[in-house]
Amino acid sequence: MLSIKNLHVSVGDKPILKGINLEIKPGEIHAIMGPNGSGKSTLSHILSGKSGYTVTEGSATYQGKDLLEMPPEIRAREGVFLAFQYPVEIPGVSNVYLLKAALNSIRKHHGQSEVDAMDFLTLVKGKVRLLEMDEKFLYRAVNEGFSGGEKKRNEILQMAILEPKLCILDETDSGLDIDALKIVSEGVNSLRSSGRSFVMVTHYQRLLDYIKPDFVHVLAHGQIVKSGGAELALELEEKGYSWLEDAEASA
Amino acid sequence: MATANTSAYVDGYPEVVSLLCGQSLPWLQQQRADALLQLTTHGFPSLRDEDWRYTNVSAIDKKHYGVALKSASVAIDSDWLKTYQLADAWSLVLIDGYFSAELSNLNGLPEGVTVVSLAQAMQDTHYSALIEGRLNSAVESTENGFVALNGAYFVDGALIYISSKQVLAKPIQVLHIATQELAAINTRTLIVADELSEAQLIETFAGLDCAYLSVAVAEVFVGQNAAVTLHKVQVESDKALHFGGTYVKQARDARFRHDNFALGGLLARSDVHTDLEQASECELNGLYLGVKRQQIDNHTRINHLKPHGISRQLYKGVLDDKARGVFQGRVVVAEDAQKTDSQMNNRNLLLSNDAEADTKPQLEIYADDVKCAHGVTVGQLDEKSIFYLQSRCVDEETARNMLTFAFANEMVDKVKIKSLHDLILGQVLTRFPQEGINKEWL
Repeated sequence: MLSIKNLHVSVGDKPILKGINLEIKPGEIHAIMGPNGSGKSTLSHILSGKSGYTVTEGSATYQGKDLLEMPPEIRAREGVFLAFQYPVEIPGVSNVYLLKAALNSIRKHHGQSEVDAMDFLTLVKGKVRLLEMDEKFLYRAVNEGFSGGEKKRNEILQMAILEPKLCILDETDSGLDIDALKIVSEGVNSLRSSGRSFVMVTHYQRLLDYIKPDFVHVLAHGQIVKSGGAELALELEEKGYSWLEDAEASA
Repeated sequence: MATANTSAYVDGYPEVVSLLCGQSLPWLQQQRADALLQLTTHGFPSLRDEDWRYTNVSAIDKKHYGVALKSASVAIDSDWLKTYQLADAWSLVLIDGYFSAELSNLNGLPEGVTVVSLAQAMQDTHYSALIEGRLNSAVESTENGFVALNGAYFVDGALIYISSKQVLAKPIQVLHIATQELAAINTRTLIVADELSEAQLIETFAGLDCAYLSVAVAEVFVGQNAAVTLHKVQVESDKALHFGGTYVKQARDARFRHDNFALGGLLARSDVHTDLEQASECELNGLYLGVKRQQIDNHTRINHLKPHGISRQLYKGVLDDKARGVFQGRVVVAEDAQKTDSQMNNRNLLLSNDAEADTKPQLEIYADDVKCAHGVTVGQLDEKSIFYLQSRCVDEETARNMLTFAFANEMVDKVKIKSLHDLILGQVLTRFPQEGINKEWL
């Protein structure tokens, strides 16, 4: 699915990622954890194509293609989905309009015809119920005036409708209360399948209580300093990050 | 900076007098003579005039615009006309400034509602009381050279009268169509809404693909507790010069709303002035979209004369290429106008490095117990929003169009007359195309 090899990324002259290696197979869930400033968000941004970053070395291959060469919208149409840490408010553009524009772009990219208006509404309304959202959300402007929890739920709604292959969740748990966290997690869990992979970028172990990862990687100072199974997250919760950062410093 | 020359218009006046309306009205002859004198003495405005410091009108010197003759009008394609003529409204059509009975649709006007050619009304003593004393009373005689030019030269226009307690079931449209190259078209519209009446009105300015000068002055009298909404849709030819003024007098408790869509013209200037009596309210909305080398100017003046008045202004501009947009908004709160509540906002979106927005809100407050606010922004599209849309499969160009359209659509959305809304929406969408758009979901 995704193969990251020796990836070095800078912002301006400042190196942020210093040699990331990561292999993600279909159906796997990988959690990327790490302290503030370790490069977690940079990793999710560079994978989704945000501008402002320079790749100085290394590669990221997605389904056999050079991911880093593609403009962001092509990545999205190829099935890469970034759930934003801070979803952007877009006044004047309704949710339902954006969803349809997005879905039709994907279909066109794959040589399919536009989605039928009735089928589309049936699909969207079904997903809205799944995420326990109000249908009125569909006709409101994208994220405008939404609470933190509503914004995150809206991200998962988009994910559920666009059915991506590689989902990158950037700090999805930040700003969520426990009830919203449960709903969002259930939404994500319902999307788990043998063909769909997840990269969850998170600071806290809490999210992993609800979405169980197959692998946990710890990012510190731009490198993966430790990888392990779900149990590694619990160890981090207990000990914090400093023992790993210290270990890296002394290595 | 040379001042645009008025001599052609002053010297040529005796030749065109016979074309002008209201020949039999001595008071009007006096007003026309005064206007010509005003034009002769003060000329066209120059950049030295504070209200014109961003508007260089020297373009009118580059061509000689002559008074349009009715007989020289070019035939109009009926499908083209349908684009602008609203099917669900009463409409009065002016071709090159002259009333066209064939193209107008004034069937079934209710009793107590008058929509008539101003030239015809001036020949009919039945309308004398409506016109005399009102015409030229909302506009200040010293207003500017273009108002003076209009006062001297107008050939026709519209008289709209809504008697008291009438609530119009359909909107009334005055449709101005220009067909002649190098025509100077001067029209006058007089709108009188008596107490407790309610009306939705539309002024539309369109033209064939030619260079012309369109000068239109409207005076609006909103009676006590009456409510008038006037939409101005300016979609002139992209070679045209447009100078339009709307001058309003609001009686006590009167409500007036002006929705101003400035989309066409090479140089287009619009003035909206309103005087508010006690507890009257006005709402002035505007949208201007400039491309290429267009200059689109909007100037508003709200005079709060008496207490408890409310005014709201929101003008939004989108400027691309080398286009220039101007907003000058002036709110004057008289000493007697305590408890005035006034808000003025101007938001500009620049889509190119060569586009320019000049914005100048002015508050002049002589009362001491008022609530007045103003806000101005000039900005670009938000890169974070563009990336968000791209991450949702939308290509960059469409993303930019979606965001620009959304910015402009806030103003389009305020229009509640469906056919008019669709007309304006269509114009705006042509500017910012988005593939597969479903209008129902906007």
